Amino acid sequence: MKIIVCIKQVPDTAARIRIAASGKEIVTSELTYVVNPYDEYAVEEALRIREKTEGEVVVISMGPDRVSEAIRTTLAMGADRGIHLRDSAFEGSDPYATSKLLAKVISGMEYDLILCGKQAVDDNASFVGPALAEFLGVPQATVITKLDLSADRKSITVEREVEGGKEVLELPLPALVTAQKGLNEPRYASLPGIMKAKKKEIKVMDAASVGMAPDEVGEKGAKQKLISLSLPADRKAGKVIPGEPAEAVKELVRLIREEARAL
Amino acid sequence: MSGVMVIGEIRDGKVKKVSLEAASAGSNLSRQTGEELTVVLAGSGLDPLAAEFGKYGADRVILLDDPWLAQYSTDGYVSALAALIHERKPSILLMGNSVLARDLAPRLAARLGTGLLADCTEIILENGSLTVLRPVFGAKAIAREQVSGGSPQFATIRPNVVSLTAMDPPKNAAVEKVTPQTGEIRTKVKEVIQKEKEQVDLTEAEVVVSGGRGMKNAENFKILETLAGILGAAVGASRAAVDSGWRPHSDQVGQTGKVVNPKLYIACGISGAVQHLAGMGTSRTIVAINTDPEAPIFQKADYGIVGDLMTLVPLLTEELKKALAHE
Repeated sequence: MKIIVCIKQVPDTAARIRIAASGKEIVTSELTYVVNPYDEYAVEEALRIREKTEGEVVVISMGPDRVSEAIRTTLAMGADRGIHLRDSAFEGSDPYATSKLLAKVISGMEYDLILCGKQAVDDNASFVGPALAEFLGVPQATVITKLDLSADRKSITVEREVEGGKEVLELPLPALVTAQKGLNEPRYASLPGIMKAKKKEIKVMDAASVGMAPDEVGEKGAKQKLISLSLPADRKAGKVIPGEPAEAVKELVRLIREEARAL
Repeated sequence: MSGVMVIGEIRDGKVKKVSLEAASAGSNLSRQTGEELTVVLAGSGLDPLAAEFGKYGADRVILLDDPWLAQYSTDGYVSALAALIHERKPSILLMGNSVLARDLAPRLAARLGTGLLADCTEIILENGSLTVLRPVFGAKAIAREQVSGGSPQFATIRPNVVSLTAMDPPKNAAVEKVTPQTGEIRTKVKEVIQKEKEQVDLTEAEVVVSGGRGMKNAENFKILETLAGILGAAVGASRAAVDSGWRPHSDQVGQTGKVVNPKLYIACGISGAVQHLAGMGTSRTIVAINTDPEAPIFQKADYGIVGDLMTLVPLLTEELKKALAHE
């Protein structure tokens, strides 16, 4: 099986977010970055399928220099090789431009299955998976929590989380799926894995080597525009209600109903 | 290109609340532009559902009614809706955010060649352009965005951000049946596994009762379920409770779980890590019950009680039962 995993490097979920003077970016100087948590499930699932079927797991990511660290992390987990889409022309990409770029790269590759995380925890768009499937013309299943490959390796059966329960779907391959938490427990990179990863290939591709014109990528290829970023209104610490439990609860119910009018 | 179109969603034979909210938001925009508000429903046996949208400002309801659309499929819905949108050319397209919207909307946007502003908490017109606010970076920042290329301007709306007021009298919406364009559905639904009891959907719930590490075990969640039962609330959980195996992942609230936006959020035994706040920080009123007075949740809660939840939650249940019985 030839498997492609698309990952994104995002700020650590515990990071404090500050807004740059431009009002359009966050301050990145003190940030630590991680592989988007949902993408780790995607990588892990790809590795598990490869362990059963042989083949290859290729990890693709777009972004500046630092993104090679995220790719390297997945190579240390066991992925075979990486592709780093890196070009200053890619700056200002939105999820649409990113999907178009990924589709262009992947359409020149052989693949049976593409995995993505269900959503990037930074831009909260959950766009790239389904849009990439559309641009490649392959069927999709989103938010999957289980994946089984058929004996003939021509289809997969997945469980996906839907409101009020689960749906079991069968898809012919090639297909694209997006990973939800619960799909698996991602492995940590082992020391030998980290050593081996140093020798694995990360191919760097720019707009020209992908075959995209400069006005198709980055801000020029984007369909949505950020006007400004702001910090959310800070919630103020409220009242801690003192007293014996029974009294405190009485007062709490009064406040919820009469002051907050929440019930 | 003109008019506002809203894609409605049906679940278990009923219109989803978030779809009515999207219609309300669309009605507000269409009033400003002086254009029509059209609601589109895809499915089978839709006739009885059309009238509902008149109450929320629809001028027209289009029914893509076909047995082929009875069950949701990405392929089926994207081709039927894309064909209709190509023909009608709305300038604004809205949908309530949901699991289905997260599957459908990006692929539909890609097919239409337009941008998608997902999970918006505010939708307005600014110089005639759709302008939205969306929480990003785990709700630690708010992005103001527009669609800059492609048409229609497409946005999905987070549940519970639009307050629903039915119009009295309702609009007499014109109902139009359109034969959907069909195509190949490549995926096959093998089975739908329903949860045992019909619960309130977590993301749409107006009241959420959540438990964290302080619940100590799965068994203790029963007291939260009892409290939730009184309030018609959904039960959520923190990552710690889910990772301990006490609750399924589908109950998790937070950055790697669901985003909830209720009127009232009651956090029991939850410390309030930033990742949890990412999932519930926009709740209108937050109540915290925790033994640790230093827990960060108290910095975000409107009301808190420091103490043992095993004592406090049953007391709260009794007290609310009494209070609500008086009505």
